[in-house]
Amino acid sequence: MKDFKKMFGKQSIGRSPLLVVFSAITLTACVTNPQRQPLYYWGDFQDQQYTYFKGEKGPEEGILALEKIREEASSKGRNVPPGLMAQLGIFYGMTGRMDRFEEDLQAEKRLFPESSTYVNFLLKKKQEQ
Amino acid sequence: MKNNRNKSLSLIALSVIGLLVGGCATTRQPYDYSAFKEARPTSILVLPPVNNSPDINATHSVMSLTTAPLAEAGYYVFPVTLVDETFKQNGLTTPADIHNLPAEKLQTIFGADAALYITVTKYGTSYAVLSSETRVTADAKLVDLRTQKTLWSGVATASSAEGNNNSGGGLLGMLITAAIKQIVETATDHGRVVAKTTSLRLLSAGTYNGILYGPRSPYYVKEDKVGP
Repeated sequence: MKDFKKMFGKQSIGRSPLLVVFSAITLTACVTNPQRQPLYYWGDFQDQQYTYFKGEKGPEEGILALEKIREEASSKGRNVPPGLMAQLGIFYGMTGRMDRFEEDLQAEKRLFPESSTYVNFLLKKKQEQ
Repeated sequence: MKNNRNKSLSLIALSVIGLLVGGCATTRQPYDYSAFKEARPTSILVLPPVNNSPDINATHSVMSLTTAPLAEAGYYVFPVTLVDETFKQNGLTTPADIHNLPAEKLQTIFGADAALYITVTKYGTSYAVLSSETRVTADAKLVDLRTQKTLWSGVATASSAEGNNNSGGGLLGMLITAAIKQIVETATDHGRVVAKTTSLRLLSAGTYNGILYGPRSPYYVKEDKVGP
């Protein structure tokens, strides 16, 4: 105890707990949501979407980037976000790998049945080409 | 010496209390969620945002930042890149034209419950003599494609100068803006860094007057219990 006082000085012992409590309150004051894990593993998915928009990279690079997110998600036991499997399928379609095109679009539909109408539209369009 | 220390301690305590009281204050009218609660959409089709800023990157930058907040809020979000491509393949290249498409047409192709109409009003850096500021402002309107009713609308802004003038948001807010500022000063695409914050503020659920949680969130239909 004597050493402790020597280290921090007499003043700080009495008052620092008060400050700690205040800081704790301030830091949590505006957090309205209970802490929870995100629903999906995102990696850099949104930046990849931006890259695709800008047309800076081809489908092969897109496949590598999205497969990386998918592998990281699965190794962490997390879900991939909406749209990732559909985009991956489209990339495979662009490189002529029609088995993976079909497989990954079906995966989007299985993970998110809300996508059924649109995924069916994308599948049908490719067959017509 | 002792007196000085006491003085500075009470100053610190006072400013902390000030932050506590000022941090979360809000005076806006609460949003009327009755149409939203009646409709309870499960999926959201984000249309390419109309861009009223001089930066041509704004539409795609903001569009590519919408999936995370909306999906984490509990909605299925249609793949924004593929949606954009589908419009292009049908000869629709300008967001304004896409925003004018009939709701039934969007519902037939995408099978979406609701569409999100975003307009970017500010995106970029303004330079002044002593300082520069990067600001991104956008508004959004969520429309039920089945009934064409507006379910929700909101507006949000973020600025690299937020830390400078202590614009509120509490200590946590100040820490965040300090971090933004630091990133902005080193990044090449200043607008995009700030747009990330704008998008989170605009489209996250569980915020005051924000979008409600969707069916994939554990807080779905419990918004009155968990948040503002």
